[in-house]
Amino acid sequence: MAEFRLPVNSRINKNGKVHVAPVGSKNVRSFRIYRFDPNSGETPRIDTYNIDMDACGPMVLDALIKIKNEIDPSLSFRRSCREGICGSCAMNIDGTNTLACTKACADVKAEVRIYPLPHMAVIKDLVPDLTQFYAQYASVKPWLQSSTTPPPDRERLQSPEDQAKIDGPSACILCACCSTSCPSYWWNGDRYLGPAALLAAYRWIVDSRDEAIVERLNDLKDPFKLYRCHTIMNCTEACPKDLNPAKAIAEIKKMMVESQH
Amino acid sequence: MLERPLSPHLTVYRFMYTMALSIAHRIAGLVLSLGLLFLVLWLMAAATSALLYAEVLLLLGSSVAKVFLGCWLLAFFYHLCNGIRHLVWDRGYGFERHEARRSARITIATTLLLFLVATYFLFFSVGVL
Repeated sequence: MAEFRLPVNSRINKNGKVHVAPVGSKNVRSFRIYRFDPNSGETPRIDTYNIDMDACGPMVLDALIKIKNEIDPSLSFRRSCREGICGSCAMNIDGTNTLACTKACADVKAEVRIYPLPHMAVIKDLVPDLTQFYAQYASVKPWLQSSTTPPPDRERLQSPEDQAKIDGPSACILCACCSTSCPSYWWNGDRYLGPAALLAAYRWIVDSRDEAIVERLNDLKDPFKLYRCHTIMNCTEACPKDLNPAKAIAEIKKMMVESQH
Repeated sequence: MLERPLSPHLTVYRFMYTMALSIAHRIAGLVLSLGLLFLVLWLMAAATSALLYAEVLLLLGSSVAKVFLGCWLLAFFYHLCNGIRHLVWDRGYGFERHEARRSARITIATTLLLFLVATYFLFFSVGVL
């Protein structure tokens, strides 16, 4: 049964610390950021950071780095490439999941509210525990499975049309924006694989070089793993890479029906 | 060390059209099921006696019952239109973001249109009820 309320230890103290902007700042914006320190013994709180945007880069990640460097070094978040290809800085910004590095502060009206990816165990501040998410990805066996031996003198070749089928899903960076935007994943994340893992499953099912399509479909024959998708479409709306997990899941469902005849 | 807290979800996620239509579909389904109880009540009364039937008819003809019937009709047309939208999705069509947004608008517009036409004929024009 879905638990809609947050557990007692997860309820948020809205009145955390407030950091004022330097005197003389003309272009000040407020960033309200979820904070949790596992060593403090306190429940999560919201801290407010007022930043002079004239002395800050344009993206939300620029603001986070500025806060960490200049205002509060205790703020924790993941980041690496700062150009939308590593998927590390996925978080909930202004109510939707996206990458902090590709989200412009100018695209957010009023104060910028930043939370960790929704319905995840929080390690610290904006850093969620992705162990289960990665385990679900691994469970779809995201590698080429084949019983035939490859030609000795070249790679396993594929037509441009067959390649085009996996171009999209291969571009997934596993940032977890889609899975953690999905209400169905919130309520059944322990048994439903979620859009990211299912997109990966689809990527291998439609790969012309892969020879384990029957096994892959059989692995998903389960009331929860695949069929907890109710086509809500939050995943496709959230994907920062403009991919379409919802369509991939629908295609798997179609293949499931066809494979039964 | 504290047990890891659960990050907020429903309370912080923007209530987008995607989730709104999805939860409305479930609520409409629930309303439809509840409405069937009244249909059963009506049929059972008719099968029992003329006296009981007259009393139930009086009950179902009250203003409160009419408001409930209106809600039921709205739920019926929404569930029908959005159900067709889901059938199209199940065939693999309409998954692009702009297509899904357009089909959402079409669903809502068609629902309201059918609802208005039905209520007009039932309550005002023909005056069946």
